[in-house]
Amino acid sequence: MTAIGAKPCPTLARRPGTPVYLDYQATTPCDPRVVEAMLPWFTEKFGNPHSRNHAYGWEAEEAVEKAREQVAAIIGADAKEVIFTSGATESNNLALKGVAHFYKDKRNHIVTVVTEHKCVLDTCRHLEQEGFTVTYLPVKSDGLVDLAELEAAITDQTVIVSVMAVNNEIGVIQPIAEIGALCRKKGAFFHTDCAQAVGKIPLDVNAMNIDLMSISGHKIYGPKGVGALYVRRRPRVRLVPLITGGGQERGMRSGTLSTPLCVGIGEACALAQAEMASEAERLKSLRDRLLGGLKQRLPEIYVNGDLDHRVPGNLNISFAFVEGEGLMMGVKELAVSSGSACTSASLEPSYVLRALGLDAEMAHTSLRFGLGRFTTEEDITFAIDHIVEAVEHLRSMSPLWDMHLEGVDIKSIQWAEH
Amino acid sequence: MAYSDKVIDHYEHPRNVGALDKDDGAVGTGLVGAPACGDVMKLQIKVSAEGIIEDAKFKTFGCGSAIASSSLVTEWVKGKTLDEAAAIKNTDIAQELALPPVKIHCSVLAEDAIKAAIADYKKKSGKDEAAE
Repeated sequence: MTAIGAKPCPTLARRPGTPVYLDYQATTPCDPRVVEAMLPWFTEKFGNPHSRNHAYGWEAEEAVEKAREQVAAIIGADAKEVIFTSGATESNNLALKGVAHFYKDKRNHIVTVVTEHKCVLDTCRHLEQEGFTVTYLPVKSDGLVDLAELEAAITDQTVIVSVMAVNNEIGVIQPIAEIGALCRKKGAFFHTDCAQAVGKIPLDVNAMNIDLMSISGHKIYGPKGVGALYVRRRPRVRLVPLITGGGQERGMRSGTLSTPLCVGIGEACALAQAEMASEAERLKSLRDRLLGGLKQRLPEIYVNGDLDHRVPGNLNISFAFVEGEGLMMGVKELAVSSGSACTSASLEPSYVLRALGLDAEMAHTSLRFGLGRFTTEEDITFAIDHIVEAVEHLRSMSPLWDMHLEGVDIKSIQWAEH
Repeated sequence: MAYSDKVIDHYEHPRNVGALDKDDGAVGTGLVGAPACGDVMKLQIKVSAEGIIEDAKFKTFGCGSAIASSSLVTEWVKGKTLDEAAAIKNTDIAQELALPPVKIHCSVLAEDAIKAAIADYKKKSGKDEAAE
């Protein structure tokens, strides 16, 4: 067995003809070290980890349990408190529906936040249809939850509070330890979606009073199709399972575990834990360079969400007077994401940006840059030049930019909303 | 979303970007859309004494399809009479650019821009006649 950190972080060369990848909040490539760890579990070591009768099963079980320990270690948990799922969406579903259903005779209220991921919000909507009451807390203009408002929202009927640690669009870090303390004091369970947080910021389920935590494999250089849910044992959190069957995962999630996927997320956690501090520093410096380079050359650009309470790999910027989807088309050498309506089927701009109190017109002009393990200085230099060129070009053909230069206040015009 | 080749061509090589003198009596200006909706088009036409559109310019804030739609209509209106230009339908624009359903509003906006520019020109020239 190789000691963690003994293998240097590899580089991933960009395939010719593909854009520079700056969308690490959407997904990450598997780290080659993760893939290497997974491979034997597809072929020669193919046993069912739940087979108790022979060596194939035993070695697979051992691998799964080692992976469970690796996942537990990065969040300060006991391995017995970690169950494997198909991903963070399932983990969020299981945490919210599982707890709500188990305790429904005692409590029927849930507290969450408007900027949560769709899979939390949609799960809450479903629970509302079942008769639960849900409070959707607003956020401040920096994207953070107001703790006093949160405290006021928790009642003696509140069964669970769900607040994500790191937002997927704007990267802001919620005050998780403070929220955990509040929930503990008020006697409500605390669930946190940590899909974007694990491996990026230090997390400790005990120090932060976290009762349930969702984890994703593919956001941390592990494989897609696997996630984990931390479920506290002391004091015990109980769940009604979503998937029933053979009673695997302490009865909370039946179905044969995929040994390679479990090994993959475990290895990904181990690597992220070993490299977190140095990687955070490196990404912070790349992000500062990106923001500095853009600010130096482009007027009228605005960072969305708090810049200090933010994971180092995220930047969300509004480029005033340039529409986000048009801009994405102009920066086709970059793989980025936009908060503009035009990238979604709904024609509504990002609900996260709107929740910050951002005008619809500013939400339409935003791009999200996600930096990660394989982002290089060259990528950032290239990105700055490419973005500056595209923004200047599009502003030169934007009627709103002309108005801005003429000193016309765009808000003073009577627009015909369509 | 994948764009049609024609949208990409107009986006990368927009025709007739720019502005005409909005105070010129022969120029009609149409400004349609809204920043809050994510697209604003400014279309200007210059009309000859014979009533023919001899020049057209646009500036657009919007997605690639909005830029392509406005670029396309500047090509189409040139050389047309006002009545011919007013007859351009959004469906013609959408068809020419192979716009997907979610982008049809871009072609609607471009049609509105033509009509608004013509209306502005007529208003201005009507005023001029009244003053004579």
